[in-house]
Amino acid sequence: MSGHQTYQPRSPFMKWMERRLPIAGLVYSSFIVYPTPRNLNYWWTFGGILSFMLAAQIVTGVILAMHYTPHADMAFKSVEMIMRDVNYGWLLRYAHSNGASMFFIAVYIHMFRGMYYGSYKEPREVLWILGVILYLLMMATGFLGYTLPWGQMSFWGATVITNFFSAFPGIGESLVTLLWGGYSVGNPTLNRFYSLHYLLPFVIAGVVVLHIWALHVVGQNNPAGIEPKTDRDVVRFTPYATIKDAFFMICFSLVFAWFVFYTPNYLGHADNYIPANPAVTPTHIVPEWYYLPFYAILRAIPDKLMGVLALFGSIIILAFLPWLDTSPVRSARYRPLFRQFFWVFVIVCLGLGWLGSKPAEGGYVIASRILTIYYFAHFLIILPILGWVEKTKPLPNSIAESVLHDGVPVGASAPAPAKV
Amino acid sequence: MATNSSAEHSRRDFLYIATGAVAAAGGVAVAVPMIAQMNPDASTIAAGAPIEVNLAPVAEGQVIKVFWRGKPIYINHRTKKEIDAARAVDVAALPDPQPDTARVKQGKDQWLVLVGICTHLGCIPLAHQGSYNGFFCPCHGSVYDTSGRIRSGPAPSNLPLPPYVFLSDTQIRIG
Repeated sequence: MSGHQTYQPRSPFMKWMERRLPIAGLVYSSFIVYPTPRNLNYWWTFGGILSFMLAAQIVTGVILAMHYTPHADMAFKSVEMIMRDVNYGWLLRYAHSNGASMFFIAVYIHMFRGMYYGSYKEPREVLWILGVILYLLMMATGFLGYTLPWGQMSFWGATVITNFFSAFPGIGESLVTLLWGGYSVGNPTLNRFYSLHYLLPFVIAGVVVLHIWALHVVGQNNPAGIEPKTDRDVVRFTPYATIKDAFFMICFSLVFAWFVFYTPNYLGHADNYIPANPAVTPTHIVPEWYYLPFYAILRAIPDKLMGVLALFGSIIILAFLPWLDTSPVRSARYRPLFRQFFWVFVIVCLGLGWLGSKPAEGGYVIASRILTIYYFAHFLIILPILGWVEKTKPLPNSIAESVLHDGVPVGASAPAPAKV
Repeated sequence: MATNSSAEHSRRDFLYIATGAVAAAGGVAVAVPMIAQMNPDASTIAAGAPIEVNLAPVAEGQVIKVFWRGKPIYINHRTKKEIDAARAVDVAALPDPQPDTARVKQGKDQWLVLVGICTHLGCIPLAHQGSYNGFFCPCHGSVYDTSGRIRSGPAPSNLPLPPYVFLSDTQIRIG
């Protein structure tokens, strides 16, 4: 940890360049010799996977924009033209629509990993909050993109979501008219959603830079949840993290490819292949799967304004997690009680997701209410109290000690880590 | 500039404040068109002009749907039974209390004209459905009665009434 190697340009050109724009040095120190904890597991590869998904979405999205027509009368047809007429258009569109789902799968794993290992705790609060902002931007981008094919689910999804803002007393109606650019969701709405859907990914990319910057200031958390102390606790980013990230990125891409090639419409809704019809609402209107838990929270509350506030609150509360969790121990490995509550919380989130896909009636509503209460209680009651009452296990003295037995890695005969 | 004591107001202070004020006013001036462009444009407003509807072909018990400003307008030719059901209600006990007489034009009790948009999150309720045989919203389960008043579910208020007038016994103008 005592200051790793700095970049030494060798060729005259790189020496000339380095004095004017030290970009090679930045890459070298950030992605080559950057010290990463030696005990990172595969759950830590999802940051790289998310960067890959963002790039994949931008590339496929920019190409789709070359063939898409953002007009209420032509949008649906232009999407069908992409599917039938454009060379490999079907592949690009399926990669983009399933890419959104894979992006959300990756971000949920990334977030739950952060929760399990306490990655939001001091000094990583800002890193975590930037992540919450990224997640909000992803949700907005996903929603805007889903309206663009202008099918029934697009149209009614846009109607329901924009109507959230009509819940605000007094200004609600004029706010919604402002968002729509009309008296109902229509062509002006589609135009602006298209513009914003193109913009937001680049905003996400900008916040990703801040997220990675903050990460490189405070360093990565790790499964032991303790800070690296000596060079024995860390390995170079390249090749160790690079190869590990790349390997798992390929595994993840296999799943992605399976969806794209074998079941490209599994995560979508058949209703969205019906052109938008302002006169008829689909009987079972549900959002994309990645919003379902929040949709269940919205529907659990029998009051419009409170429902909308609970929906937004359930996301905003994540930003306060660093202060709601009062335990000084980061990793769930050394928090036996928290570990159980963590898995209950995961099940509650999955349960809310399942309930969000069900009609809002009878037992489903009651179950949604119970799980919604638990969701908020996890943050507002369980986490603060656990920090005070839980008896944590003793922490290892160092990261190296947590993974080595007499200098040999646990369960492997890997070579000794390179001294950096 | 370090020679000025902080207690004195210098000409430089004036320049700072004046520059800041101009920048703030400029910021507001720029924000106005940036935000105003989002509101409905002239063609959208023009397309929202009043429409006339002939009621003669609408049989008793029938509900027709017309569009005004992109919104579905339900025109319900109510039966005697539906009117009676709407009137035999304890108005004070409703979530959004409003007597049926306030929701129709005087002497035109059979004609119920509504904006067919659920006041919850904007779905289109289905006519002649739900436990009051009025309107039922399939999205989140709001139930309206034969007067379009909210009876149960998450919707906060009754189905709104569009502005309309009777031009004759069989002709209305909406808008």
